[in-house]
Parts: sequence; structure tokens; C-alpha cells
Amino acid sequence: MTPRPFRVDRRTEEYPGAFTLHLTAIEQPAPAFSPGQFNMLYAFGAGEVAISMSGRPQQLEGTTVHTIRTRGLVTAALARLQEGEQLGVRGPFGNGWPLPEAKGRELLLIAGGLGLAPLRPVIYHLLHQPRPRAIPNFRLFYGARRPGEMLYGTELQAWSHEMPVITTVDHGDSAWSGEVGVITTPLKRADFDAHNAVAFLCGPEAMMRFSIQMLLERGMPASAIYISMERNMKCGTGLCGHCQWGPNFVCKNGPVFCFADVQNWLGIHAL
Amino acid sequence: MKTIAELLQQHPFFQDLPREHQEFIAGCGENCIYQPGDYLAREGAPADDFFLIRAGRVAVETFVPNHGALCLQTISGGEIFGWSWLFPPYRWTFDARALEKVHGIRLNGKCLREKCETEPALGFELMKRFARITTERLREARIQLLDLYGDKPSAGTAAP
Amino acid sequence: MYNFVLQADDLDSLIQAIRAQGYEVLGPVVQDQAITYGPVACASDLPRGWTDEQDRGHYRLKRRTDGAYFGYAAGPHSWKQFLQLPTRPVWKAQRTDHGIRMTEIVDEAPAVAFLGVRSCELHAIAIQDRIFIDDHYRNDSYLNRRANILTVAVNCTAPAETCFCTSMQTGPRVTLESDLALTEVIDGQEHYFLIGSDSYRGGQILNSLPVKPATARQLQLAEAAVDRAAKEMESGSRQFDSGDLKELLYRNLDSPAWDEVAERCLSCANCTMVCPTCFCSTVEDSTDLSGETAERRERWDSCFTRDFSYISGGPVRADTRSRYRQWMTHKLASWFDQFDSSGCVGCGRCISWCPVGIDLTEQVARIRELEEPS
Repeated sequence: MTPRPFRVDRRTEEYPGAFTLHLTAIEQPAPAFSPGQFNMLYAFGAGEVAISMSGRPQQLEGTTVHTIRTRGLVTAALARLQEGEQLGVRGPFGNGWPLPEAKGRELLLIAGGLGLAPLRPVIYHLLHQPRPRAIPNFRLFYGARRPGEMLYGTELQAWSHEMPVITTVDHGDSAWSGEVGVITTPLKRADFDAHNAVAFLCGPEAMMRFSIQMLLERGMPASAIYISMERNMKCGTGLCGHCQWGPNFVCKNGPVFCFADVQNWLGIHAL
Repeated sequence: MKTIAELLQQHPFFQDLPREHQEFIAGCGENCIYQPGDYLAREGAPADDFFLIRAGRVAVETFVPNHGALCLQTISGGEIFGWSWLFPPYRWTFDARALEKVHGIRLNGKCLREKCETEPALGFELMKRFARITTERLREARIQLLDLYGDKPSAGTAAP
Repeated sequence: MYNFVLQADDLDSLIQAIRAQGYEVLGPVVQDQAITYGPVACASDLPRGWTDEQDRGHYRLKRRTDGAYFGYAAGPHSWKQFLQLPTRPVWKAQRTDHGIRMTEIVDEAPAVAFLGVRSCELHAIAIQDRIFIDDHYRNDSYLNRRANILTVAVNCTAPAETCFCTSMQTGPRVTLESDLALTEVIDGQEHYFLIGSDSYRGGQILNSLPVKPATARQLQLAEAAVDRAAKEMESGSRQFDSGDLKELLYRNLDSPAWDEVAERCLSCANCTMVCPTCFCSTVEDSTDLSGETAERRERWDSCFTRDFSYISGGPVRADTRSRYRQWMTHKLASWFDQFDSSGCVGCGRCISWCPVGIDLTEQVARIRELEEPS
């Protein structure tokens, strides 16, 4: 599958080392996607990297949005892209968040660090549900390293007027008025019916494991917990073998998995 | 107005404690309100109190000369603060500062210690509750130490 | 299906008949002191009178006492190299006045005949078909090549010491479909091939050959030759029960056997390169010096490399233990979950070409041994 050219319409700096690209397809319109799916972004000559969709699922305005952290050669090349420049896009790939599972139940979104990016399309979806809302109750728990390393600061503020948003940072500063600590603390305290809730988790694998421990302690069944996994992705189509995780190809069987289906693999080191 | 015993009953820390024990402990407690910026505890000062936070947020901090106050953790309604009163020399390890208006119950540490000594069954029950919370706080501190969202998560040493 | 007899002296007529249909014939040739697959223009290109001696980390060509054409077992290369190319261009990218343009590179898929495909290798090709053709996404390069292949299978009558197809139920008798299938028979002064066809195009070729209907005795001798090969393997040290491999390995992801094998394994990736089913690939992107033109190439990759499992920060499988476990567990266990079959066909290549002589069948036995209470 060959990438199609997209233009960078807008580039915003989230915090040093993390940025968001707003892209428009040059040829035909970008295909629709489900929250939780990802694209392969091709930086000319440098290579491809798998990046989750973080824009609006309906592709209003025809825009594809990706939030990227500069970690290697390809992301560094993407970071250098200026507005008006082009990159290649293949996708969308993978299975997204199972929103129908949350119908009539409470939905807990639990994000850590950059893990908020793949959950943002879910938040857009939830806030724009036709009334009466199929998923009436939802809230966001968001853990980050420092107040200055949180994504989507302005939007977080705006969302907090429409839904409960609980933010916590590992290290506070004098300007920070939110919580300092780890994401498991507000999960422990939060008032929700563990037997009638669904959780979508995205963040560093260890952060997801600790959060799952807490959700299980609270009495949530494994089948109500969903996680988004990260593994090395080259093709996005299950053909190159790189993203294997036990019997799963993270690219085509995931990246979103039900914890009940993968709990045996999650505990095995270096699988 | 609610009595101290009733307020204790409502706080998760004392929930399901036999009524006579709640009444017994209530004698050690008083209602307290802190304005934003007020200190509940100061590092090195005598640790005479144990706080049940009913509402509002408290920052556990330490002051570093060239950085100012560093917040290690925030504590919210439904949680507790302070166990330095349990063991000699009964002095606070960290500062605790109200970030918002804080409503709480302040229990006198010396009074609590004496009650625990005279009522071993109550003492053991309270110790179990403290142990659980210190275990949770330790777990949280360890996770924090991992720097999970950083470029190189670590706990000081890398795995071989 | 093996209804006809082709005298060994007439074998060249088969090659020429296939060529006449427009196929390039690829088959066994002696090259670099091994039997590999390459262009075959006539019967004298074939490794007549050669065999191989194989064991753990050991492969030597030897002379046979007879003049058998197909008297050897699996060599270092499999047919994989002609279907999933070791390296190929995928797309070209060009800077234009307005931006960039990516163009797929569609390679020519030549009409090729594979001469001398063993049953284990037919199984290997079928396994790769399931990966590259039968799934939601396809590898078009593989698909185009695969569609243009004529297969001439040969029943195996000369297994090597390292072969264990009888354990994996993939041989030595050809059971999967091929265009033509042969059994080589040498009996005293007689040297001939039983030959039959499974397909229309195979039948077309067969019709043009100087064949005679097979006699009952000839059929019986051919059967006996394949039976001997099966018995040889069944009575060998590498015969084992493969029925519970998936469960065995899934139960033993923390077996000390992985630590033991990691002491010896060099993570050299040889086993994955010689394996006829290993399908992992990676891509490499490059630009020309002007920076105006870029290219993406795909090439074989191996789960034994450090970069294979790299995610930001470091590789998921940082040590040899986890890489060997990934390879073997994938091959013998998770493959069932992914593609409804084993990923191993028992060809034994990974045993012969392991520079330190690690033997997959011994590793299976070791895991079983360490699991059982002593």
C-alpha cells in the first residue's frame, strides 16, 4: 500500500518535544476512521511511523490530526515539517475503541502522557452524541509528568465544563493547582459503579498495568477494561511480523485489546 | 450541627468502626478549617496532630532553596494526612499546605496514642488502617519514582 | 495420479516441455558446495549423483553411488526467495513543484516453474499463501509471483538426518496439489520416474512427454521408496509427537530451557533466513544525494535482530532468550492462532544451518523434560 500525499495545514507545539499536525489530503478526501485507529505517516526519505488519530472521527473540515512526540529519526523529520509542506499517509489501520460496549454504562477514559491523543477522538464523540446520549456518563482521568507536559491544555479546560476531568501530575510546580501524584490515586477514590462501568486506557504500558490493578481492586471485571498497545509497526497490515505480541499482531488485531483477552500476555516480560 | 463522632463516621478512614470506638476517639478530635496557603504541618515542627481531610486539597511539600516548595503529592477529601505523631520524636517530615479551603478533623496525637494503649483492640484496628494507607502511599510513591511518562523510565537502576 | 513412467534418460524432455510452455525452469543445482535452487536449462544441470550429509550445524555434499537426480534433502535455500523476494523496491517518492508524490513499484512476475519441490516445501508455500494472500491485506508482489508459478513436485526418497517432516505431518509423500508430481525410482539397472499431473497445464505438459503407462510393479517400487524414507525418519531421533506443541509452549514461556538455549544461541538469524515459512520483513527508506527522489525497499528481516522489536526507548526483546523464545513459540504455537497451522514443516534447515548446532526438536524435548516432574 502506497502512501498518499497530505499537506500540513497547521502545526501546533503541545510542549517541547510534542507537536500536533493538522493535515489535509491532496487528492481524494481522507477516509473516515474509528477512534483508536492509526495512520502510518511517511516523512519523505526518512521513513514511516505509526501515529494514532487524534482528531474528530467524522473528519469535519476534512482534517486529519496527529499528535507526535519526537523520539527518533522519523518523528524528528516530521517535527521539521513546516505548514504547507507535505508528507505521506497510509491508513487508517487497526481496531479502535469499542464504543458500543459503553452504551448505557459509565465510561472511564484513563490516559497517561501522550496516551491522551488516541482518546481525544473518543472525547469528541462523547461530547457530540445526539441526545438522549447513548453513553450518558463519562469522565477523563489524565496523568502526566509535569503541568507543562500535558496535551491539549486549552481543550482540557473546556472539556472540564462538560464532563469530569481529573488531572494529576507526577511533579507539580508553583502554578499547578491540580493534583500531584499518580493516576491510580484518583481511580481509587473515584465514585463509580465498578460493575457497570467500562474503562479505556492508553498510556505507557506500566501505567496501564498499575491502573488495571486498581480497576480490578475496585471490582471491575477484566472484560470491561480496554487498553491500547504499542509495538514496533512497519507495515500496519499484519504482513511484516514486527508488532507480534503473543499470538496477536498489534497492528491488525489491536492496537485496542480487551484486557480479558490479553491478560496472560501482558504479564510476560519481553514477549 | 454534627458531632465529631458523626463526622468521624462519615470519613472513609473511620467507616465501619464500632460506634463506641468512634465515640471514644471523638474525644481527641476537633473541627478545623484552613484557608488556602495555611499550613497544616511544618517540616521539623512537633507532630501533635492527625488530620482527616473532609474537603479541599492539601499539598505535601518540601522546600528546596533554589527551587522553592516542591509538591510531592496532593491529598484530597476522604484521605488522611500525618502519621509522624505515631512514633518518637513526633516531628513532621514534610510541610503540608492547604491549596484550597480545607475542612477537616484534627485529632490530637498524644490523646490517640493513649487511647490506643488503653484499648489494644482499637489500637490494632487503627494500626491496620494506617498500615493499609502507608502501603498505598508507598505504592504510589514507587510508581511516581518510575517517571513513567519520561523519555527513560527508571527506578534508579536499569534492569540487566 | 502417478499413472505414467518417464525414463530417466528422458528427463530432459520434461524440462524442455516446460520451457516450451514459456516457463523459466528453476531447480536444484550444485552451487557453492551445496544444492541450491537456480536456473535449469537441461537435465545435465541437475545434481545427478549428488547427495548431502546433514546434522546439527553440518552440511556436506557427497557423491551418491547411484545416478539419482533428486537424491538429496533440503538445501540452504528454499523456494521462498522466488516468491517473497529477499529485497525488492516498494515505492518511489519524488519531490514535485507542489509537494511530494509516491508511486508504487509493480515488479514483473515472470512465469517460473519450480522443479523438484518436496512435500515439506509445498506445505511451506501453502503456509506463506495463508499469510500473504488469504488475509485481509495482501502482499501483491507475492501474489503476482505466486500466480505465475508452475510446480513440479518430487516425492522425497532421500531424507537427511535432520529431517522430521513425519513429525509435522508434511511429508515425505506429496499430498498437496502440484501441477506435476514425480517419484524417482532406481532399481538395479532401471532408473525412471513415476509421473502424474494435478492440473490442466500439468496435463498439457505430460501429454507431450514420451511416457508409458506405469505397471503395478513400478507403482509398487515407487511407493516402497517413499515408504522407506518415511520409516527412516520415523525411526530416527527427531521423531516426536507434535500434537500438543502449542499448549506445551504456551505453558512454558518461563521455562529454564530458554535460558539454556540462550547460552548457545548467537542471535545470528540464520534459522530465520533458511526457514521456508519465516515471513518477517522490514523496510528501508533512502534518498538520492539531491534529496529529490526517495525510495522504499522491503527486505527479509529476522526476529533475532535487536531492532526488530524496537519501540521508542529500546527493544522489547532485548536479550537472546526472549528472541529465541519468540521465534520458536511463534513457529510452533502462536502460528496456530494466527494462521490455523504450524509454522514449521520439519525440513530441518534451521538445524543444519545453525552455526552452533541448536536443534529445534531437541529444544522441544528439553522443554518437555523440564516440565515433567522428575
